[in-house]
Amino acid sequence: MPAGEQSPLNTYLAHLEKGELAYQYSPEAGRAVFYPRVLCPFTGSAKLEWRISKGLGTVHATTVVYPAQGAPFNVALIDCDEGFRLMSRVEGIDPIEVKIGQRVRLRVHRPGGDEPPCPVFVPAEGV
Amino acid sequence: MEGLRRASAAIVGVAESDLGQVADGLSVIDLMAQGVQRALDDCGLKVKDIDGVFSATTQSRLSVQALCEYLGIDPRFLGSTIVGGSSFEYHVAHAMSAIEQGLCNVAVIAYGSTQRSVGRKQASVREINPYESPFKPFMPSSAYALAASRHMHQYGTTREELAAVAVAAREWALLNPAAWEKKPLTLEGVLSSRMVSYPFTVRDCCLVTDGGGALIVTSAERARGLKKQPAYVLGCGQSTTHSSISSMPDLTVTGALAAGKAAYKMAKLGPANVDAFELYDAFTINTILFLEDLGACRKGEGGAFVAGGRIGPNGSLPVNTNGGGLSYCHPGMYGLFLLIEAVRQLRGECGARQVKDCEVALAHGNGGVLSSQATVILGNAATL
Repeated sequence: MPAGEQSPLNTYLAHLEKGELAYQYSPEAGRAVFYPRVLCPFTGSAKLEWRISKGLGTVHATTVVYPAQGAPFNVALIDCDEGFRLMSRVEGIDPIEVKIGQRVRLRVHRPGGDEPPCPVFVPAEGV
Repeated sequence: MEGLRRASAAIVGVAESDLGQVADGLSVIDLMAQGVQRALDDCGLKVKDIDGVFSATTQSRLSVQALCEYLGIDPRFLGSTIVGGSSFEYHVAHAMSAIEQGLCNVAVIAYGSTQRSVGRKQASVREINPYESPFKPFMPSSAYALAASRHMHQYGTTREELAAVAVAAREWALLNPAAWEKKPLTLEGVLSSRMVSYPFTVRDCCLVTDGGGALIVTSAERARGLKKQPAYVLGCGQSTTHSSISSMPDLTVTGALAAGKAAYKMAKLGPANVDAFELYDAFTINTILFLEDLGACRKGEGGAFVAGGRIGPNGSLPVNTNGGGLSYCHPGMYGLFLLIEAVRQLRGECGARQVKDCEVALAHGNGGVLSSQATVILGNAATL
């Protein structure tokens, strides 16, 4: 891709800056693709479309990290309703109470400084 | 593997380098060279006989080149596949292939690590994954913990069953003079240790030690004239399913399923024929997953299978007879040590931990975060 074009990562981050979780869709495979890349892992085609997630998903796997210093925190794999999985964390509840199968909703976290925004999730009842 | 011939090559020499915490200033190439020298002694060959060199380590970018310089040789064949801890199981298949093709005849496979001495951060450069690193998983523990969470959810596997894996490993380690851990461990001791990444305490996680070693692989014909009983390579299989844990197709089914199938097919054997399983136990969940995927028990039943001491020294199925990565030694890429132990079991050299009438031993390597899986089935002369 020419130097002036945006990398998959920077496109993804630009959407997060706008508060959106972007993913790719492979029309030839009829499937979502995540993480963003330059070719489809299902077909080998470079034809990939950008789409915006509705931001709803389900906890697929969960752990609690106990750092040497500071409070324990959650790390989870989230299955978004559009059919892709990503690593994230569930906030707003005790990290050990995060359960597989639990419904969650996107919240874009903005750490500030040099760190880019990242997609985290909060519990979502009844969606 | 398709394309390789059962028992065309054999592992004829094996050795560990110094293990645990090695002398200050020893480099990873020093440790590889120690392993090479001891493995050559083990089989009666000389440095000048080596015409193929394979190596992997996280602490030397061009390790195979560095090792050749150190040994003063310019071998015909080099290989340096690096897929984490299973690299050495891949190297065995690659060495076998090169030997079958006549590209080399005496191959050495070497490893070295000083991660305990220099610290884990120095031993492997941290790679940033922009889609995972922001969430600060404690890698690799958290990746395996995520897989464990799925196994617990889908199959009801418990923390006590995970702990039983660590206890069995420790019981074996107490029979191995070379093991790092020297004290008994109980289920309660595992469960009450410092939590690292739920459901794992520090006792569900492998050791952080220094160490290295080497294997010598040659053709079956040449193997028969050497010092000790050859350990014939009966079967090899490999599968790489992903690199990052977010992309693992199914967190409860590993590439060991496909790797094992290919290895059993080539060996013309099945899981019931295996006398000793040497499985890459970086974390307690690994042993459970690999016993299932390699057919020692059914999917989902691994937790109950390992409970009650079945895989310990007094159990019915010998698993990780050297004490494993959990209690014997784990310098970061443990796969070479699985092969060393499998060969020694086949030769009957294991003293108090010797498996009775061991004719077939399976070494299963794991690399990355359950990513690259490679099985090597070895057998002694009785299996030919």
